[in-house]
Amino acid sequence: MTITREPLSLVIAGVGGQGNLLMSRMIGTVLLKKDYFVTMADDIGVSQRAGAVTSNIRISKKRRYGPMIPEGHAHFILGLEPLETLRMLNKYGNPKVLTLSNLRTIFPAGVLLGRDKYPDLRELREVIEALSEMAWFIDATDIALKLGAVIVTNIVMLGALVGTEQLPLSRQDIEDEIRGTLPTKSVELNLQALEMGLNAIKQGEA
Amino acid sequence: MVKLSDDAPGSSQLMLGNEAIARGALEGGAQFCAGYPGTPSSEIIDSLARVAKEMGIHVEWSTNEKVAVEGAAAAAFAGLRSMATMKNAGMNVASDFLQHCNLSGTGNKGGGIVVVVCDDPGGHSSSDEQDTRWIAKSADVPLLVPGDVQDAKDLMKWAFKLSETYKVYCVLRSYTRVSHCTGIVKLGELPRPKKKAAYDTSQIITPETPFIVQLHKSAHERQDKIQEVFESSPFNWYEGPDRPELLIICCGSGYHCSREAIDLLKLEDSVGVLKLATVWPFPKILAQKYLLHTKQVLVVEETDPFLELHVKEIVADSEALAGKIKVYGQGSGHLEHCGEVTPDRMLKVLSKIFKKKYVSRNFDYAQRVQNISNQILVPRGAIWCPGCPERAGFWSLKEALRKDRRNGFASGDVGCYTLDIWPYGYHVSKLLHGMGTGMGLGCGFGQLGSFGFNQPVVSVCGDSTFYHSSMPALINAIYNKSNMMVIVMDNAVTAMTGLQPHPGTGSDAVGDPTPIVDIADFSRALGCKVAVMDPFDIKGTTGKILEFLKDEDGVRVLVLRRTCELIRMRKERKQPYKVSVNEDKCKGEKCSYCTEAFACPGLTFDHDKGKAQMVEGVCVGCGVCVDICPSKAIIRKEVA
Repeated sequence: MTITREPLSLVIAGVGGQGNLLMSRMIGTVLLKKDYFVTMADDIGVSQRAGAVTSNIRISKKRRYGPMIPEGHAHFILGLEPLETLRMLNKYGNPKVLTLSNLRTIFPAGVLLGRDKYPDLRELREVIEALSEMAWFIDATDIALKLGAVIVTNIVMLGALVGTEQLPLSRQDIEDEIRGTLPTKSVELNLQALEMGLNAIKQGEA
Repeated sequence: MVKLSDDAPGSSQLMLGNEAIARGALEGGAQFCAGYPGTPSSEIIDSLARVAKEMGIHVEWSTNEKVAVEGAAAAAFAGLRSMATMKNAGMNVASDFLQHCNLSGTGNKGGGIVVVVCDDPGGHSSSDEQDTRWIAKSADVPLLVPGDVQDAKDLMKWAFKLSETYKVYCVLRSYTRVSHCTGIVKLGELPRPKKKAAYDTSQIITPETPFIVQLHKSAHERQDKIQEVFESSPFNWYEGPDRPELLIICCGSGYHCSREAIDLLKLEDSVGVLKLATVWPFPKILAQKYLLHTKQVLVVEETDPFLELHVKEIVADSEALAGKIKVYGQGSGHLEHCGEVTPDRMLKVLSKIFKKKYVSRNFDYAQRVQNISNQILVPRGAIWCPGCPERAGFWSLKEALRKDRRNGFASGDVGCYTLDIWPYGYHVSKLLHGMGTGMGLGCGFGQLGSFGFNQPVVSVCGDSTFYHSSMPALINAIYNKSNMMVIVMDNAVTAMTGLQPHPGTGSDAVGDPTPIVDIADFSRALGCKVAVMDPFDIKGTTGKILEFLKDEDGVRVLVLRRTCELIRMRKERKQPYKVSVNEDKCKGEKCSYCTEAFACPGLTFDHDKGKAQMVEGVCVGCGVCVDICPSKAIIRKEVA
């Protein structure tokens, strides 16, 4: 499998603490091993304090690209939180964009404090669907919680990303990365998370 | 995770820009690296500290940028290669030394020093967009600006050589889109220099001579020599047709953003790009060579028109040779002098110059997504973490100032407590500028009594800020008998920039134990009235603040001491309390004091029940809200 666009522009969006930087690094490292040029911009802001965190990832066979995706030019948006998927669609979406969203909401501070209203989840899902050429949804947080560790939500999502077959990433690639980079005691848990994320997409499509 | 000390020349690794700069320092043989944390620069020292022992080098978090660069200079004076890191604002602090060391040079022991500064166009994590290129220009020192992550690593390595050859410090100016970008870096050799440090006492390294004008002149002559090197540097290159319709001259982010726009607009045959990395002294001859082959030039840079002024100078000087050349850029209004250069900005400007229509996306789609977002997309702003001692401290300060009834306010400073002036803060701070200025301003207000000023002012600073630059203001207040009250939010770490240690932490950058410089003891020794409180004791803290507000005799320092919650959680791995809401007692919407006024994300309002409610997974069980609920409806139970 190779990239469908040149360059391919992937957005990963989430909330501080969801581990999307680890996830984008894993994707980048796998692609580097496959001789792709990879550049990523991390907008981390003050992420430890509940802010939004996004990574722009540019993938090319031809040359080193700049890290920033032009507006309206994302090919794939992966949202670890559904409101963040919409935020990225607003900036980078287009009629051809593909999206993969976690369905579990994390309320922004303004919502918790009663100053803003979080959109109805069903409505949010509908608009994401309507704004994407194709949209996948899974409750990655629920899967991670069933595995006993909310912290592997990102790896569940990574499994789901592999399952969409839109990037040149195989299950084996990510498994190797997990074995090679994570501490031994957490390898098994992460492999399970990867598999469950992948299955969630496959079952959804079946 | 990148292993900075991988001895694998020729292999490629994915690296954060700041890691690449750190790697460049190692490849360049740096033996002494110092810095003060500041986004987006902090990961350089963070990552070097992790390999310091293995590499046998000295890595430190200094108390401020000036001390960092002076320490690094000492190493260079003693013959080593050294580096100092800082963010743009930090370079102002270091400038006093930098504007002298430019003339004194680095001495005759052959050492080299690179000053790394990370600018932040767009102000992602800064309160300004300062363009530090001017500092290098005014100091007559060489300045390098990387175009991407690989460039950053290679330039860093080369900068030592430049510094050693010309016996002057070299400035490497990074910026957010390099420092906080991740890209592929091809590694070079990793030397392990064992150079011994020694100072040659036959010399005096100083600009303090009767020959200051001569020294200044020599600095300019040195710059002329460096310019010759820059004219043919492989870090500058040209891509495009031999005779482009439009020549782009750029540095920094401008390079990749220009290429992106050229690709998308299919202008490869019309536009050429001269990418510059050796920015000052400006490589005039190189620029002129390409200018002579075009009739139009666009200068792309952020944030000030630095290159643009030099390009205009060349264009003016070359008129006899080249005829009229039209210069586009900030002066012509085609580009802005603020904010980041982005691919979109470049698309806009190139489509304007070439009168090409460009739409970023389908019009209907754009309208639709915009409409939906306007209706349902809500912001996700930063807020003090649940369990943050600073929320508790500011709550008490707010309460005390309210009870004091004299229209008092806080003079704020830079750190996590800056969140006080953000949308979800308490807005007790009515002033906020740079590091340490909270206390300096407080000092001044404390002298205004004789002019009828009667509002209490509380200078707030953090622990790291206290060591950084608040201490001189504190001493000034004592010396000049200012009526000053200070609150130090002492959470034992430099939290905002990623939890770096400082003199109050008890450990240094590489994790070795150190003696603690106790802020309370220090202030007491100066003669201040000092109290230390736990900010989680809301009643006690509020009372102490009120007492200090009324006591207008001399300088009062209240240290609010409690470890940053992020550190506590890492160490203890459990929450102290299980907090819950007694729904029978909660007055619901009529009150909403805990959610709306206290504003902790661990608490929310359940509209179905009409009661406040803890947010599972967000509340960390600090239990502070128990003490602020007017109905005593929040309960805490100790976790076994």
